Amino acid sequence: MKIALYMIVMAGVTYLIRMLPFALMSKKIESVFLKSLLYYMPYAVLSAMTIPAIFYSTGSFVTAVIGTAVALILAYFDLPLIVVALSAAAAVFAAGFFV
Amino acid sequence: MRSGSSFLKGVAAGTPIALGYLSVSFAFGIQAVGCGLSFVQASLISLTNLTSAGQVAGVGVIASGGSLVEMAAVQFTINLRYALMGLSLSQNLDKRFTLPHRLLAAYGITDEIFAVCSTSSEPIRPSYMYGIISIATLGWVSGTFIGGFAGQALPESVTAALGIVIYGMFIAIIVPPSAKHKSILFVVVLAALLSIACRALLPGLSSGFAVIICAVVSSVAAALIFPKKEEEAAS
Repeated sequence: MKIALYMIVMAGVTYLIRMLPFALMSKKIESVFLKSLLYYMPYAVLSAMTIPAIFYSTGSFVTAVIGTAVALILAYFDLPLIVVALSAAAAVFAAGFFV
Repeated sequence: MRSGSSFLKGVAAGTPIALGYLSVSFAFGIQAVGCGLSFVQASLISLTNLTSAGQVAGVGVIASGGSLVEMAAVQFTINLRYALMGLSLSQNLDKRFTLPHRLLAAYGITDEIFAVCSTSSEPIRPSYMYGIISIATLGWVSGTFIGGFAGQALPESVTAALGIVIYGMFIAIIVPPSAKHKSILFVVVLAALLSIACRALLPGLSSGFAVIICAVVSSVAAALIFPKKEEEAAS
């Protein structure tokens, strides 16, 4: 029973945070500063979430660095998301045999 | 374009997300069951939350018997970034996006779905977003289910390698535009450096809160140094 309450609070808070700004904001933002801020925000969020967390994502710093390098190189050549992501995992898996 | 083909376009755009989610939620399923939840409860949490960091922290609160207030505070802090993302997405919605659609689609604002939607050049349609959300949710929930049910049987070398998948996807999203635009390269490098500094200097800071600080500081700096003109912002 207690677990059901936890789950309701988790889901409720998470939904409200997502819904309120998304549903209630109907005006277009005119300010150049705010527009620029929102334009840069996704790249900043993803970068901050990836570095340094990616180096701890495999349980071994060395294999994680190898996987990161593979992802960076393939992403630089504009390969599809899933190719980059799975190649990084394959590199980590292969490197795991040598570390 | 009819809404049916726009839905399918969303499914196609969401497929890499779903595959990434499958491996991440697989790990979540293993962890949640390890914390004493059943794999059905774990899957239900994935279905109702659709978020990685918040769920991992939430299961931690459940496992340690924390209060409901603590649960709410943890979810609020870690997931606050979705409020910023929702605000950003609200600026580029098609006029078909009425309030009921917004109430429904808000469920699916995640880091990855936001990233795909926000790099869309045309205004976002409800059907496009539903396509992404449907396939991504399918991957997220089924991964949790399989991980919770059968995860312990997998060799550690495989689960370790799967840990990098979602970050590899993030890199694939941020690197190509960084190579083209100096301003994006600036914000990406600054956010990464701040994030490393937070981890090294403020180890007590939760990861959700650290992301908020790093993202706001670096995008404010970029907005001041490289303000986007109207025509550039549209590209």
